Parts: sequence; structure tokens; C-alpha cells
Amino acid sequence: MSELPYEIVIGLEVHVQLKTNTKLFCRCSTAFGSPPNTQTCPVCLGMPGSLPVMNKKAYFLGMKTALALHCGIPKFTKWDRKNYFYPDLPKGYQTSQFDLPMSEEGYLDIKSTKDEFEPRRVRIIRAHLEEDAGKSIHDEAAGKADSRIDLNRTGTPLLEIVSYPDMRSAAEAKAYMQELRLLLTYLDVSDCNMQEGSLRCDANVNLHITTDDGVIATPIVEIKNMNSFRSVERGINYEAKRQYDVWQETGKVLGELPKQTRGWDDSAQVTRSQREKEESADYRYFPCPDLIPVVVTDEQIDEVRHEIGDLPAALRDRLESEYDLTTYTADVIVNQGLGFVEYYLELAAASGDNKLAGNWVQGEVLRILNDLEIGISDFGVSAAALAELLKLIQAGDLDSSKAKDVFTVMLESGKSAAAVVEDLGIEKVDESALEDLCRLLVERNQRIVDDVKNGNEKAVGALIGQAKKENPNVNPGQVRQICLDIINSL
Amino acid sequence: MSLTRQDVEKVALLARLKFDDEGLDKMTSHMVQIVEYVDKLSELNTDDVEPMAHALDVFNALAEDEPRASLPREEALRNAPKNDDEYFRVPAVLGE
Amino acid sequence: MSIIQKTATEQLALLQAGELTSVELTQAYLDRIEQVDGSIGAFLRVESDSALQQAATIDAKRSAGDSLGKLAGLPVAIKDILCTKDTPTTCGSRMLEHFQPPYNATAVEKLLSADAVILGRTNMDEFAMGSSTENSAYQTTQNPWDITRIPGGSSGGAAACVAADMAPLSLGTDTGGSIRQPAALCGCVGLKPTYGRVSRYGLIAFASSLDQIGPLARTVDDTALLLEVLAGYDPLDSTSVNRETPAYSQTVHQPLEGLTLGVVEQHFSEGIDAEVATSVQQAIQVYQSLGATIKSIEMPHADYGIATYYIIAPCEASSNLARYDGAHYGYRTDQAEVLAELAEDGSDEGPLVRMYRKTRSEGFGSEVQRRIMLGTYALSEGYYEAFYLKALKVRRLIRQDYDRAFEQVDLIIGPVTANPAFAKGEKTSDPMAMYLEDLYTVTANLAGVAGISLPCGFTSAGLPVGLQLQSAPFEEEKLLRAAQMYQSATDFHSRRPELS
Repeated sequence: MSELPYEIVIGLEVHVQLKTNTKLFCRCSTAFGSPPNTQTCPVCLGMPGSLPVMNKKAYFLGMKTALALHCGIPKFTKWDRKNYFYPDLPKGYQTSQFDLPMSEEGYLDIKSTKDEFEPRRVRIIRAHLEEDAGKSIHDEAAGKADSRIDLNRTGTPLLEIVSYPDMRSAAEAKAYMQELRLLLTYLDVSDCNMQEGSLRCDANVNLHITTDDGVIATPIVEIKNMNSFRSVERGINYEAKRQYDVWQETGKVLGELPKQTRGWDDSAQVTRSQREKEESADYRYFPCPDLIPVVVTDEQIDEVRHEIGDLPAALRDRLESEYDLTTYTADVIVNQGLGFVEYYLELAAASGDNKLAGNWVQGEVLRILNDLEIGISDFGVSAAALAELLKLIQAGDLDSSKAKDVFTVMLESGKSAAAVVEDLGIEKVDESALEDLCRLLVERNQRIVDDVKNGNEKAVGALIGQAKKENPNVNPGQVRQICLDIINSL
Repeated sequence: MSLTRQDVEKVALLARLKFDDEGLDKMTSHMVQIVEYVDKLSELNTDDVEPMAHALDVFNALAEDEPRASLPREEALRNAPKNDDEYFRVPAVLGE
Repeated sequence: MSIIQKTATEQLALLQAGELTSVELTQAYLDRIEQVDGSIGAFLRVESDSALQQAATIDAKRSAGDSLGKLAGLPVAIKDILCTKDTPTTCGSRMLEHFQPPYNATAVEKLLSADAVILGRTNMDEFAMGSSTENSAYQTTQNPWDITRIPGGSSGGAAACVAADMAPLSLGTDTGGSIRQPAALCGCVGLKPTYGRVSRYGLIAFASSLDQIGPLARTVDDTALLLEVLAGYDPLDSTSVNRETPAYSQTVHQPLEGLTLGVVEQHFSEGIDAEVATSVQQAIQVYQSLGATIKSIEMPHADYGIATYYIIAPCEASSNLARYDGAHYGYRTDQAEVLAELAEDGSDEGPLVRMYRKTRSEGFGSEVQRRIMLGTYALSEGYYEAFYLKALKVRRLIRQDYDRAFEQVDLIIGPVTANPAFAKGEKTSDPMAMYLEDLYTVTANLAGVAGISLPCGFTSAGLPVGLQLQSAPFEEEKLLRAAQMYQSATDFHSRRPELS
């Protein structure tokens, strides 16, 4: 596609807040947006003597996600402590998983509908559970004032999904995030709200540059603070250019510099080096003595596997192969979420026309959802009601522009398609009357007849306009066909 | 495996402790002595031994996902060396 | 005979018979504390008012005919390592001088629901790290048998208060011998339960995979009574084990038929005091005379216990004690000083890291700092395999020694300590010598098995000697019944120190 002088190599570490009522190791609420420090207890405050107890639901939501990512689930998993000092981490360590994570070796397929990249399978190294930290609020005048600490979020369950460095462009990274988010939404395991931080992404980025002496790799940089799909894309692109410039300037390659951490500054649209720590990180991982391992059986794993419903990739295939939709339409429908897919499936079944149903949900329904900024669950026209409208179209009782008018009124009034058609005084024109009208128009317009005969079929359009003036209920398609038939028979 | 004063200084930073010169000398000599003693474990061949992190082989202590009352905020903050009735306060965290 | 010289079991009978009130009993102990604790220093805080109030409430319940708990009206002293709601819990450290937990430890809850009276908080080595109670940030505790000597540790206050009749029952914790060793040196009974038998919730952690709460008392049957109340599954502690608690106090008087005791030869070889060895060997003969079979057993890895323990315990401690950083509770250094230093020396260490380091260096005593340093080092990159991981493997070997031993014998019998109580200050400048105090006790913690220390003699200088029995996991009932057999045949437990 583009002719960059380098290849970008990207691996993503995604943190997903799991949708539990309570924290990973205590039973404090995980609700977002409560006043600071109102959702804490001795356990998540790290009070002396307090002890953690693992949240069963968090473990099973983690397993469900891992299975959907085609990961293997080891029968035995344990918890480790990652030791470091930070005021949003009241115990002085984060409880995480180090050498025996709860899942390993999966993948997520991504493809571009806009042909930005070739379809790709991004392999997953592991997905493991860990606890979230609290929030530190820093003053503008850093160094002068105190930092403020809110521990409400401390201990919220996170699933960290670590990919291999399999992505080769920012667009792929963005697509991976979007596809992952979609999958998580289908699984109903997370709110996936990037603004609220329930889905967070760090990217490990470096470049492979082809030089006369072969391919060299630039030092790996971890980019943090990318809080939207757009910033994932922009952050990576920025970083790639930056690394290329630095390489041209310094010639430093992988191994010659320690791994650097840079934060994405969305307002300035740059990555900035995060202050070098006083020491290189040494987290001193070791097994948490307060938590005992989890052992699962094949039966339990199968049970969770069965709870997994239809997932995006399979649904896309099904809409294409069984419902005969285009790749693009199938993609649009599936990307709207499971509710939208279900709406489509119901509409297709009730209307009996998969393609028409596909065009309508992808066109009119989606347009209105976007205009109103609502989801399909809040949409005012049920699939059954819309199916009645589609049947009128199929019967030739409504042309598409009329149908859209009817649809608009249905949405506003909540009435059925038939009732709206009646209210609007739309009547089906009798076939013989329509033929009479067309014959009359053909007789009146010899020039158009000549034009058509001379191969300009488009000229017949003028007749449609005249027919509409005579009778607003005529179906333009029908008028066109009948007029052409008459002219051709002359 | 000899432990130097510099090593001890590095460990002190990791452990967020700080020693003056005299303290560092004393800590170094004590640690050298203890590390020499515990190094007797290297006499044992443990190649085929499974590490034992827990005293008992028990598994699966899992709690149901049912919320319980959190502490009132004044309780949560009561023991804090510094707070503003809403937040814990700590000296500025730089560089984030 | 004064009421406080009676055993807890006897006092309980009097309370139940209405011949004694809890207020009278509690007051008698408060008077005794007033009288002798000035020279012993067992208590950090005596909670007279609340104790008398609790006692009165229990007396009132009793006269109203309400149902009462198993310890109704009995005073209990608590090691200052167990969290008690809204009252100071210091862990013997400056770091927690003003700390008031917002919750009760499960063991404390169990005492309260058993209608025990909480008498006060006993002294201990800071964060339970020590074998002499000299590492307390607040005071030293003197051995009631010779106040120039240490009471053992870390539960030195817990043992001394029982030995000096300042409490009939007390709670200690044992990470490497911290109940059994002071019990032995003070001439009382102390039991370290199987790991997982008693909930650790609210026990301020030293080394989480080794810590256990256990009872100290003057007699075996009193010990059984208190263990019965403490034991049991707790959903708040993932490492507590879901098993039924036997009625220890009911079965303790039933002798064991065909008891087989294992003796480890190395226990009597090098370094053991001759008088201690003699007392323990005589105790073994007592068991023989009671019909027990004595078998020599091998514990090939026992000699590696101290080295294993002094890697694992500091590693866990370095992580467990990271929370004491001055941010959320406990001691914080003077922030203005931190900022002034920052302005002065201009190094790149930021205010937060300075606050952490200064707070921790000021708040922790030297032994605690030493163990944090050791643990941090042993877990750090490049040393983890050689130290921590190696120690976990040797821990397994030690456990396997026990497993094999308990295939051949019911219990292991031997000394608790190599020497009787040593002089104050004798080992404070030599950490390694202090660590070797735990030689016979640490292996039980590493393996997770139960152990009991009971009085089995006195040296010519009049210092108590302890006998240790160890059982397979969850065999505390056997341990207590065997200990009671010995106690019934001897009278060492009934001797009292003379205190002015």
C-alpha cells in the first residue's frame, strides 16, 4: 500500500475491566463514578491483617473471554505479587499472574473493509487476571502541591490480553482494538468504555528498517495513555515517524537502549517520554501466599464454552453465506453489536427477503440510530413492524422513496406501516388504469418515443414525472417498465 | 556470591529504605553473614523438586460476586497521615 | 490458693457454678498486672475499663439466664498483632503507633462471641520478627523466672503474662517458633496449630505462608479450650481450611493407646544445653513409662530449616511490609523536612520516593529493616532462583521428611530450644545467633504441621525447659491428648515463678 521506508511492528497489551459487581479480591462495589474513596474496605485499602478472596465471577468471565480468543485454559493457575511502590497501589504490590497465567496462546482475526490491509491473524500470547490500581490526581504545578489519591478503582478486576507483535500498521492496531472491543461486547464481559477506562491499550512499537546492510530493528517503545481508537492509530503513527527520525539521527538499534515508556498526549498529538524511573524496574514477582491456586476441570471449561453465544467472526460468515449479504453489509451489521444482528435476523425472517432487510438495516435503520445517537434496543420500530413495510415494497405497493416517507412517519407515530399508508392516502394504482395512463403519455410524447427508439432509454424518465403529476401514487419503477414495453412494441 | 556495599545500596532503594554510611556498613556486614549462611542450601540437589509456596495443597477459595457495604469514607481516611476529607494526600508524584 | 492461680478450666467451672463472677476474676487479674507487670513488662496496654465493662455484661447475661459462649467470663490477653476495631494495634512498631483498625481480626471476633473478656495487648518483637521480644519499639519484657533474661519471642508478652499469672489465657502467633519458644522459656504451654486451622484474617502479616495464631496457657486442657474457640474455617481467609473443629476440650483427657513417638537423633547432638537435653530425655522416658513406643526417625533436611526459613520469611515479609509507606495509614515522616532536603541536595530523587524512604527508615526498627532488605535481595533479579526458588524446593524436602516420619510415628518428640532463656542483650548484636534460636521450631512452620510446647523441667538455675511435640497436619487432637498424658504424670506445669 504505502511506500514507507520501514515496517512498523506492533504488539498490544489491552486491559479490560471485567463486568463484575464486586472487586477482584473483596466485595466492594466496582460501580464507576462514585465520590472518591467511598468504595473501599480494609482489603482494597491494603490495611494490615486484611486478606484477599478471589471473585469467582471474575475468574469465569476471564475464562469466557480467553476461550472466545481461542486460548488454551490450563487446569492450574496461580496468583503472583508484582512489587512496586506507588500511592495508588496501597499494598505496595499488585496481585497479578506471572508464570502460570489462566490462559495462553490464542488469536484474533482482523480484516479491513476499506482494504487498508490484508486480513491478518493476530496471535495472543496470554490473557491473565490482575487487580486495577487506584487513581492519582496530580496538580498542575507538579512538585509543589500534594497528589490526591482515590482508591475506589483499586482492586477492580482486569483481564490483561497480550498480543504477539503481529501487527504491521497503525490501521491494523486500530482494527485489532475495534474487533477485540466488539468481541468483548458480544461476550458481555465488559463495559468496554475507553473514556471511563474500562478498556485500555498500551502498544509496544518498533520499526524494521531495510538498509544496505540488511534489516535493522529500532529500540522498542511502550506507548501508554491512548484512550480512543483514534489515538491508538495516531499515537502509533506518530511514534513510528519519531523512531525513524531518531534512528536517522542516532543510528541506535534494538538492544542499544533500554525499553522506553512514552505517553500519548492527545491534545498535543505527540508521544512524550515518561520520566525515567530512579531504577530499572525489578518487580520481584513471587507467588502470593495469601491466595491459593485455582484448579479447573474439563467439565467446567466446557460449561463456560457453552455459555459463549454467537461471536462476530462466525456471524459475519453466516450473514454472507446463508443470508447472501455482501461482505460489506455483513460487516456493518455485525459491527453494530449483537442486538443489531438479532434485529436483522428477525427482520429477514419476517420479511422473507434477506437482501432487502440487509439494505434497510444498513441504510435507513442505521442512519436513524446514528442521527439520534441511540442503540437498537431504544429504536422505535420493531423488526416485525418494519417487516410489514418491507412486504409492501416487495408487493410493489410502495416504491422506495414512498417507503422511506412511510418509515419516517412510523418512527414518529409508532403506527403500523398499513396505517401510515392509509393516513398518507397512498393507494395502489389499478394495473389497467396504470397501463391506460402510460399509453396516453406515450401517445402525447412522440419525441421521447423517438429518443428511446434511438437508444436513449433514460429519456423515459420524463414520462415518469408526468405520470406522478397525474397520479401521485404511481410506482415509478412500474411506470418506467410499462412505458418502455409500450414504446418497444410500437 | 559476595554482596557489596553498592549492592546493598541498590536493594535499599528497591525496598524504599535509606541508610547513612554507618548503617550501610552494618547492614552490609550482617547481610553478608546471613547470605553466607543461607547459601548452604546450594549443597542440596533440588533439580527434580517441585517448589512449595504454600504450606498446604488446597485450591479454589472463590467468593460469590455479591457486594457488601464498603467503609464510610471517614473510616477509610481516618488512619491517613494526611487527607482532605475526600482524598488521601501524598507528596507530589512526578513525571506522570 | 488465690483465684488467679487456678487454671482457666477451673475458673470456668466456678463461673458456671455461680461461685465466681467475671468482674471479680477480671479485677483479680487487673490487680495482679498492677502489682507485677512493672517488673515484667508483658503488656503494652491494659484495657481495664473495657475489660471490666465486658465482664459486667457477661455476668449480667449469666444472671439473666442467657446462653453464653465457651469462654464466658474468662479474661484473655491478646498479642498486639491482631486487629481490634477502633483500638490501637501497634504490632510492636512505631510504624503503627497510632493505627486503629476499622475491623476485628476473626480470632478476636471468635473470642468476643465466646464471651471472653479482653484484658489488654501484649508486647512482642516488632512485626513478630525476633526471638527475645527485645525488638519491640516500646519496651522489653522480662522473663518471670529471671528478670535479667529474655522471655523469648516474638510472643514474649503473651508467654510472660501467662507465666506470671497476669492472664489465664493468651493469644500468640507463630511464624518460626514465636509461640512455642517463649512458652518453653517461660514455662507455659503454647500451641502452633496446623497452617490453615485458625483464620489469619486480621493477623498483621509477617510471612503469610508461615504465620498461625495459637493459644498460650498454663495447662494443656486450658490450651485445648482456647484452641477449640479459635479454630475453624473462615471464608475471609483463602488459606483457612474447611474442616470440622474437634471438641478438643472434651477429648483432651483421653489418653492415647499405643502411642508411637519419633525421636530425631540430631536434636541431641551438637549445641544443645546438657540440662535441656536431660530434661527432654527424661520426658521421653515418662512417655515410655506411660506405654508409648519410642522410635528413632530421620529428618535429613532439618538442618536446612533455618536457612530455608530465613529466605522464605524475609521474602514474604519484604512484600507484606511494603504497605507501610506513609501514604494511607501509619507513620509518615515530616513532609516539610523532606521538601527542605529536596531543595538542598538537588539529587533527582523526587519528593514521594524521599517520603517513602525516610518514613520507612524512621518507622521500622533495625531487625525489621534487615529482614526487608534480605527479602528484597533474595527476590531481586538474578537472585530469585538461587535463593527464593531454591528455598521453596528445600521446603518441599522438609515437608517430605515430615510425611515420611508420620508414616512411622504418631508424633515427633524433642526439644523446643537448645538452651534455656538467655540474658537480655546477649544476642542483640548478632542476628545470626538470634536466628539459630529457632532451630527446632521453624521446620513445623515450613511444613505447615502442628506443634506444642509444654513444661518438662527446670535447669539448675531454675529456668524452665520446654518439650516439643509435633503432629501431622490437623492432628491437634492427638497432640493435645498426648501432651495431657505427660502433664497428668508430672507437675512442672504447676510450678510458679516467685515475683515480688
